[in-house]
Amino acid sequence: MKGIIGRKLGMTRVFQEDGTAVPVTVIEAGPCVVTRVKTSESDGYSAVQLGFGEVRRKSLTKPVLGQYKKAGVTPRRKLSEFRVDDPGEYEVGQELGADVFEPGDVVDVTGWSKGRGFQGVIKRHGFSGGRKTHGSRSHRVPGSIGQSATPARVWKGRKLPGQMGNERVTLKRLSVVEVDGDKNLLLIRGAVPGSTNGFVLVNLSSTGGQ
Amino acid sequence: MNEKVKEIEQRFLRDEAADFSIGDTVRVHVRIREGEKERTQAFEGTVLARQGNGPNETFTVRRVTSGIGVERIFPVSSPNVQSIVVTRRGKARRAKLYYLRKRTGKSAKTKAKDIQ
Repeated sequence: MKGIIGRKLGMTRVFQEDGTAVPVTVIEAGPCVVTRVKTSESDGYSAVQLGFGEVRRKSLTKPVLGQYKKAGVTPRRKLSEFRVDDPGEYEVGQELGADVFEPGDVVDVTGWSKGRGFQGVIKRHGFSGGRKTHGSRSHRVPGSIGQSATPARVWKGRKLPGQMGNERVTLKRLSVVEVDGDKNLLLIRGAVPGSTNGFVLVNLSSTGGQ
Repeated sequence: MNEKVKEIEQRFLRDEAADFSIGDTVRVHVRIREGEKERTQAFEGTVLARQGNGPNETFTVRRVTSGIGVERIFPVSSPNVQSIVVTRRGKARRAKLYYLRKRTGKSAKTKAKDIQ
């Protein structure tokens, strides 16, 4: 397994030696602490649970605090689980940093996209809308949403106005440009879902880089 | 911007970046790859504009060769730009000197800056 919880710090560009400029997202990845190790004997599957960020004791409930007490680590802001092949390599309390990755790794990055509220079909689904002039009265409406007496209902999955954004989004096959193990920074090529300071999960790509 | 992002940008910034300004005449040495070989090419002209900041900063250089105006835009921090030498300091009263494009002869030059 190679996975870590991080925080998006923002975007910039870096120059390669041959002068090409590469757009990168800077992610503060770690230090993450192992809060629980799940094995196939105890839980039916093998995974490690990682914790990231600081949080005040006051803002957690007693049952959650108890989890940290059991693991013997200070409370963390964000918890997430990563599947591993061999849970024996990890123990509770162990710290992981950005250096689990190396430059050239292909990763999937999961984030929570920026919330855009309740939006119409033009912004949300890219509909082209109606005519603005020449007597047209349908400017930003979706138009026809189905047939007539058969089937006499609207098909499921019809694209209509509704909540846009603020959902979990995974971008696959992004490449790691640079890793700074001391400062726990990951530089990932291109954009990453979510706002600055938002949490992201970085996983070795499920596609295996293919 | 986040301090840690700034730190990364710091690595690429050119030290002498502030040494030329709009209206100056500069000679830019650019690294060029031709197939396998690498060589340096110089481009001399008037700086019309600087835009952007940090590693994203670029500048526009204009020169007129045999009656044809040529403008090139260089990233200030690119490692392909080997050096930027100021050959003449010029006085400019605005941030973008696009009006020079329409002018020819003496009026297409910026006035020399008084050096105290």
